[in-house]
Amino acid sequence: MSEITEPRAEAAVPGGPARTGGERPPWLEALRRGGTFLIQQREASVFVVLVALVIYFWLSAPDFGTKLNFINLTQGIGSAYAIVAIGEVLLLVCGEIDLSVGFIWALAPFLMHYFIDFYGIPVPLAILFAWACGAGIGLINGLIRVVLNVPSFIGTLGMSFLLYGLMLVTSNAEAAAIPPRATGFFQEYFGAYAWSEIIWAVVLVAIFHTVLTRTRWGLYTIAVGGNFTGAAESGINAGKIKIGNFMITGWLGAVAGIMEAFRNNTIDPSAGGYTPMFYAVAAAVIGGTALAGGSGTVLGALLGMLVLATLTDGFNLKGISADPFNIILGIAIIAAMVANVYLTRLRRAGRT
Amino acid sequence: MTAQPQDTRTEGPGTPGTEVLRVEHVAKRFGAVTALTDVNLRLDQGEVLGLIGDNGAGKSTLLKILCGFHKPDKGRIMVMGQEVVLKSVDHARSLGIDAVYQDLALIDQLSVYHNMFLNRERVYWPLLNNRVMKRLARQYLDEMGVQIPSVKVEVAKLSGGQRQAIAVARSVYTDAKILLLDEPLAAMGVKEAALILDLVSDLKRRGNVSVIIIAHNYGQVLQVCDRVNLLQGGQITFDKRSADTSVAELTEMVVAEYRRALEERQRAEGKRPA
Repeated sequence: MSEITEPRAEAAVPGGPARTGGERPPWLEALRRGGTFLIQQREASVFVVLVALVIYFWLSAPDFGTKLNFINLTQGIGSAYAIVAIGEVLLLVCGEIDLSVGFIWALAPFLMHYFIDFYGIPVPLAILFAWACGAGIGLINGLIRVVLNVPSFIGTLGMSFLLYGLMLVTSNAEAAAIPPRATGFFQEYFGAYAWSEIIWAVVLVAIFHTVLTRTRWGLYTIAVGGNFTGAAESGINAGKIKIGNFMITGWLGAVAGIMEAFRNNTIDPSAGGYTPMFYAVAAAVIGGTALAGGSGTVLGALLGMLVLATLTDGFNLKGISADPFNIILGIAIIAAMVANVYLTRLRRAGRT
Repeated sequence: MTAQPQDTRTEGPGTPGTEVLRVEHVAKRFGAVTALTDVNLRLDQGEVLGLIGDNGAGKSTLLKILCGFHKPDKGRIMVMGQEVVLKSVDHARSLGIDAVYQDLALIDQLSVYHNMFLNRERVYWPLLNNRVMKRLARQYLDEMGVQIPSVKVEVAKLSGGQRQAIAVARSVYTDAKILLLDEPLAAMGVKEAALILDLVSDLKRRGNVSVIIIAHNYGQVLQVCDRVNLLQGGQITFDKRSADTSVAELTEMVVAEYRRALEERQRAEGKRPA
């Protein structure tokens, strides 16, 4: 008896009564419908921005349209970061965050190197073990969150320092070479080959976009982040969902870290860190994921990351220093968040 | 000057039929506060019982005991003639008792059909079988006469009444035999309330679900309920068939209670120095 929900009733019918007088030319009507469709597809607005940026740089920077440049653009930020962003989207949707993923990224190639060079484990198994360690760290992150009830922001912050320390201690803070047995086939397929990172990123994005939108796991991830009590009352094991998503994120961090080590042809203690995580969250937000939980899109995060990669690359080619890039990035994140909030309200009201 | 509450609970009227729920001498206190002193209540198969009473009379406490959320300090609860100790909400649910709260436990960000099938999804492994869920949700809501623009819309887009209807439909769909509705008509416009009343009438017509409704609007209660119980001061003080009572009588009883409270207050204030 406390609040009046009456105004909601108005919004019950999407679209509402048609406000068009009928005098509009058909092309304008088509444009309006197209616009409505674009706003309703969460990924569409960032896709439009991406296309616009590509066209702009293509026209204004002569080297932008070359094959070599597209390889540059898609490797690194465009794909390894996007792989991390997949995990962050899943976590943000279920109401969590993982700050430590970039340190899993740094540790994983060292683990692979130890397994191969110190324990003589065959390369494919060593890669699998390193991946499993990433997932295992995610498991610990999840248990700290769910069982010990520590907010993930704090738990994974602690994990970041812990992993960084572990990596520095075990490696003596020195870079290691790619194990000779891993060069060739594995190095090429897991990162060094010109298009391999983007192919991995696209495949993983396709898989996890499907997981989030079309499977039980995705449905529960949304439910847990959208209405924790409601999800629990419906009998969903919220803890399991959260821990699982931490594990997926940890695994993806290991995948991306090993990939980047192969691509850079060195196992570097200064790799990873907080940067991939911050970029991943930025890309997730630009792509349409709300930090409040309950909504988000993996595909949008990939597009968001490609926007960031295109900006970085385009600025480089135009000879603009890296410094203003941060200004653009900052404005882009804030603008994306504002648009996200505003568009969500529009979509909810069904007036788009 | 005050109407004496009629106490007919020992041999209260009601439709003859199988008894699905019986509450005997249930009491509950929270620390120093006594919420329920001695509640006796019964519910027949297919019956709709209206539970009315002032704020703080213990309606919500009673509801939470019946759905397994609180444990009573004293008294017995019988479901389908068997005495039970409700251990948890899940336990109560497994016995067919399901409560629909005002907050509804719906996930705003999910579509209507995903909400209806939450945790009972139809799966075409590894993918959700959305087509089947959409069809079944549509079919089921149609059967229940719940009108929404599309089962694909996010629940956040729906009105309060539609959300309530979805929550009720979900409970009924998952084999609830005894449905407890906590103020389903609160904060609802006329049209919205009509939606829920229609839904309850429809359930009544089918006869396999029994319902307890907590409500404030006596006109609506009488319209849809077979029987009305009034909860005052932690016990049922009034139990009549809807046909045998009237809005005037119910109002008078509650107004009388207010009048008593007001008089007490005035007496207390009179004693206090200004």
